[in-house]
Amino acid sequence: MQVPAQVEYEKASSISHALSLLARYGPEARILAGGHSLIPMMKLRLAQPGVLIDVNGLANLRYIRVDRGQLRIGALTTHAQLLDSALAAEHFAILRDAEVVIADPIVRQWGTVGGSLCQADPSEDLSAAFAALKGIMVIAGPDGTREVSAREFHTGPYETVVGAGEMLTEVRLPISAGAGTAYVKVSRRAGDWPVGAVGAALWLDPSGVITDAGIGLTALGARHFVAAEAEEHLHGQRATQEAFARAGAIAAANCRPGADQRGPEDYKRHLAGELTRRALATAARRAGLLSPGGTNGVTPRSVTRTPRSEGAA
Amino acid sequence: MKITLYVNGHEHARDVEPRLLLIHFIRDELGLTGSHWGCDTSNCGACVMWLDEVPVKSCTVLAVMADGRRVTTVEGLARGTRLDPVQQGFTACHGLQCGFCTPGMMMTARWLLDHNRAPTEADVREAISGQVCRCTGYENIVRSVLWAAEHEGDDA
Repeated sequence: MQVPAQVEYEKASSISHALSLLARYGPEARILAGGHSLIPMMKLRLAQPGVLIDVNGLANLRYIRVDRGQLRIGALTTHAQLLDSALAAEHFAILRDAEVVIADPIVRQWGTVGGSLCQADPSEDLSAAFAALKGIMVIAGPDGTREVSAREFHTGPYETVVGAGEMLTEVRLPISAGAGTAYVKVSRRAGDWPVGAVGAALWLDPSGVITDAGIGLTALGARHFVAAEAEEHLHGQRATQEAFARAGAIAAANCRPGADQRGPEDYKRHLAGELTRRALATAARRAGLLSPGGTNGVTPRSVTRTPRSEGAA
Repeated sequence: MKITLYVNGHEHARDVEPRLLLIHFIRDELGLTGSHWGCDTSNCGACVMWLDEVPVKSCTVLAVMADGRRVTTVEGLARGTRLDPVQQGFTACHGLQCGFCTPGMMMTARWLLDHNRAPTEADVREAISGQVCRCTGYENIVRSVLWAAEHEGDDA
């Protein structure tokens, strides 16, 4: 029988109350959100906090809204809420792509966006998605809030920049015109962690030239979940299959996947390349600037975009 | 820590350790053994019950997190002496062999039908995709849920 070790429990009634509890208990305390990563870790003694601070009562941390050109996601938003959000899907199809393959429908009702990010499992999907989108994490602490790039949020496996007296409160995703996004994941069975997954965001000018690119790699040993060299390659290029294949090869060459029960290193490297190519192609199609079969064609959105082809990259 | 849960419409107050899992509270403290305790890793779904109106894998929730909230287990599924259409469907379509996964499957099925009156087979398979049956290959479980959808309200 797996049960957590003895632990104290406090229920926070507000963000400031949660922060004061964190200050009182120090590094022994952990924020408890959905608990669907933390409680399994506690059963295995991979996490052994002295005190849990339950923030589930903080309804003001559950929201998805657009404000000043950013999609803002409250840290307590559940995976199911993000998956079901028409607003999130309208701006970032990558979020729906990623959420529909995170765990299972029951777990998604309870697991939270902020909890997943702070657990910082290297196989967790949203970290790469937010890295691709160049998101911003908002962290509250005793001296107010601070903002950290999604690309600087993780300091290593299961480690983030969130300090002992701090808590993540929001994710902000900048919205800009001409963007297309996608997430592609390979896993062994429904609900499993990925063998490998790639999130891509492309920002294109009206002529089909890539003005900016974001590529996030999940479970593939990429530093900060980012395929920086592949992104660099795409800057100023036209959105073509050749450019995406080359970016995939660069991503594969520069990541450091580890062999485990989900697959050997060379297979994961293959996935890094192929999934990068597919995610970029889908992102470009969604931005309306890549013909599905063509190698360098630029065709209008109305011709290329068919709902059925969306998730099928 | 003192907690009060409202389980299948009944109030239960207990003094528990914060580390006690909801599944053990329901089975061991309250003696409601209809919910099964399976993999302990939130993979199998045998322990699915509802917390308020939302299904949860109760091996992954602390009982203290449910303080003040409503819990519905398989024992609370029947409407008085009349079985829920989901339970009738599992009977009619032989939706179980060993029965270990059944309570969790039925709680998820009830939740699905409450939100989707006419689910497709794909909807049913997606809804139970986080739950494991090692006997039936899922065919009869899916049939049972679809049977329930068709017969919803028959005996209302």
